[in-house]
Amino acid sequence: MNAATQEKTIALPRNRLYSVIAVAAFILLAFIADRFFDAFTLRVFNLCAIYIVLALSLNLLNGFTGLFSLGHAGFMAVGAYVSALLTMSPQLKDMNYFLVPIVPWLHHVTIPFLPALIIAGLVSALVGFLIGAPVLRLRDDYLAIATLGFGEIIRVLITNAQPITNGAQGLKGLPRFSTTFAVWTVAGLVILFMALLMRSSYGRAMKAVRDDELAAEAMGINVFRVKVTSFTVSSFLAGVGGALLGHMITTIDPKMFTFMLTFNILLIVVLGGTGSISGSVISAVVVTILMEALRFLDEPMNLIIFKTQGMPGLRMVVFSILLMVMIIYRQRGLMGNKEFSWDMLRDLFVKKGRKGGDHA
Amino acid sequence: MTLSLLFQHIVNALSLGSLYALIAIGYTMVYGILRLINFAHGDVFMLGAYVAFYGITLVSLPWWAALLVSIVFTAFFGIGLEKVAYKPLRDSPRISIMISAIGASFLLESLGVLIFGGRPKGVPVPDVLSKVLHFGSVSMITVSLLIPLFTFALLGVLLWIVNKTKTGMAMRAVSTDIEAARLMAVDVNRIVSFTFGIGSLLAAFGGIMWSFKYPQLNPLMGVMPGLKCFIAAVIGGIGSIGGAVLGGFLLGIIEIMMVAFLPTLSGYRDAFAFILLIVVLLVKPTGLLGKRQAEKV
Repeated sequence: MNAATQEKTIALPRNRLYSVIAVAAFILLAFIADRFFDAFTLRVFNLCAIYIVLALSLNLLNGFTGLFSLGHAGFMAVGAYVSALLTMSPQLKDMNYFLVPIVPWLHHVTIPFLPALIIAGLVSALVGFLIGAPVLRLRDDYLAIATLGFGEIIRVLITNAQPITNGAQGLKGLPRFSTTFAVWTVAGLVILFMALLMRSSYGRAMKAVRDDELAAEAMGINVFRVKVTSFTVSSFLAGVGGALLGHMITTIDPKMFTFMLTFNILLIVVLGGTGSISGSVISAVVVTILMEALRFLDEPMNLIIFKTQGMPGLRMVVFSILLMVMIIYRQRGLMGNKEFSWDMLRDLFVKKGRKGGDHA
Repeated sequence: MTLSLLFQHIVNALSLGSLYALIAIGYTMVYGILRLINFAHGDVFMLGAYVAFYGITLVSLPWWAALLVSIVFTAFFGIGLEKVAYKPLRDSPRISIMISAIGASFLLESLGVLIFGGRPKGVPVPDVLSKVLHFGSVSMITVSLLIPLFTFALLGVLLWIVNKTKTGMAMRAVSTDIEAARLMAVDVNRIVSFTFGIGSLLAAFGGIMWSFKYPQLNPLMGVMPGLKCFIAAVIGGIGSIGGAVLGGFLLGIIEIMMVAFLPTLSGYRDAFAFILLIVVLLVKPTGLLGKRQAEKV
């Protein structure tokens, strides 16, 4: 026992060194990716960053505050549309709005990406706050279905507000602002923010609310305020993630932001472990790559013995089964509510080496 | 608006309301017993419609035989679904079982795309049902008139089962307190299976009638009706069968009337149900006929 504690104190600076090396290695990887990867691979690489942001934003609610929200796609849509409308040039808007002209006050607005991204997040946060304030009085499954409802309402509003959003036609030709640098910087900042948040008293209050609402209230935590704060911050992040996604795909329309999108993010959060930042990050990367890698399942296959004529839907079958198997057999997900640490990694290997020995 | 047009809208509203009521009952019964929102219920509805469709087109069964086969098949499918996706999680947090339900829903939809194909299919509506009836200046399809009749007949049977039979008594016991029911020697698993069977049976019937009234099938056809019927169940007071029926009719009638009288708002048709849901949840979370439940500490 004593030896183990001693070992841990020695391990601390070494672990910090490992972390610095890992971050440096990743930055190097990002540079290499940006230079040498082909367009498709680079796109998947950057998509990972966006899904990290989105997964963390949902995990803040589902994992850390214990609020089951299913309306994430709606907040992403708000962010994507706000940022798109703020950054598109008047000429581009004219090309898009050929059925119904755009409202004049939006026509001439064109601002740089960074402020647009922040405004997108803020507008999403505002919408989140306005929705959260009444809805967060509900619990569990009622909250889930109400947020799902709001997500749909946002989508229907966007579809019908033609002079502002161009309705069902969507917007095409968004400026390609989601560069490798932009998306990974945002992802890095969000990871850092979440890590700091969870160490702060706000983060502890959120976890307290998740674990036992009544006990938290008895300890003097303003449960409702914690919930609304968490919901608002999560909406902000979802808005930013949605904006990044829009500027990566460069085309947005209301059909993109259905419950399906929320499902994908929920899948990432559940697989990674609700309540684990590193779990969400790892899972976001794995799921994003799998989503693209398994695309071949939907296409025609030639398996020598038999040929299939493309099976659209097979990919989603795989993912739905994955989600169900995970929730039935390993509810805590990959990481549970633990965080990644170098000690954990070492323990993993050491334990494997010692298998069969005593478990003391 | 002429009187005959109004009458036509009323018939349409009643038949849509009946369909909503049939599906909403499945939600409310499952919720009453397991406290689970069975997200896959809308997809069970879709499955029922497809099975009947293939019964008619591939096996060339007469429509009523296809209907019976599909109902039986779907009922057993619902029982199987519960065994695979929900039973292992019965003692887990409610959120886990709900995630499993969402997974099951997506699984059924993507299996639908995989097996049935993503392209919409036209349904061959039997002549008996698609015949246009004329009552003076009012004309309507037979099926619109038959749907409410069938619905009320099924409802009668269901209420008889729940209130008069021993199985129904066991169902009510399980929904009041699952542990106490088990202590009273109620076979909880059997009752849960039975509930899923009945719910899926009604959903299948609703799905088939839906496909005769709006003769087009696609694998995602269950999503919107599914959500709306869940909303109907909440509005009526989830857990109560009468509430689900009331909510279903209310939603169907309001929806048709809104599109009829305020056509400019028809783009918001789908959002409307959700707005209604949120208003009900905030004003009277237990729904119109629901009982207030004290929070256990």
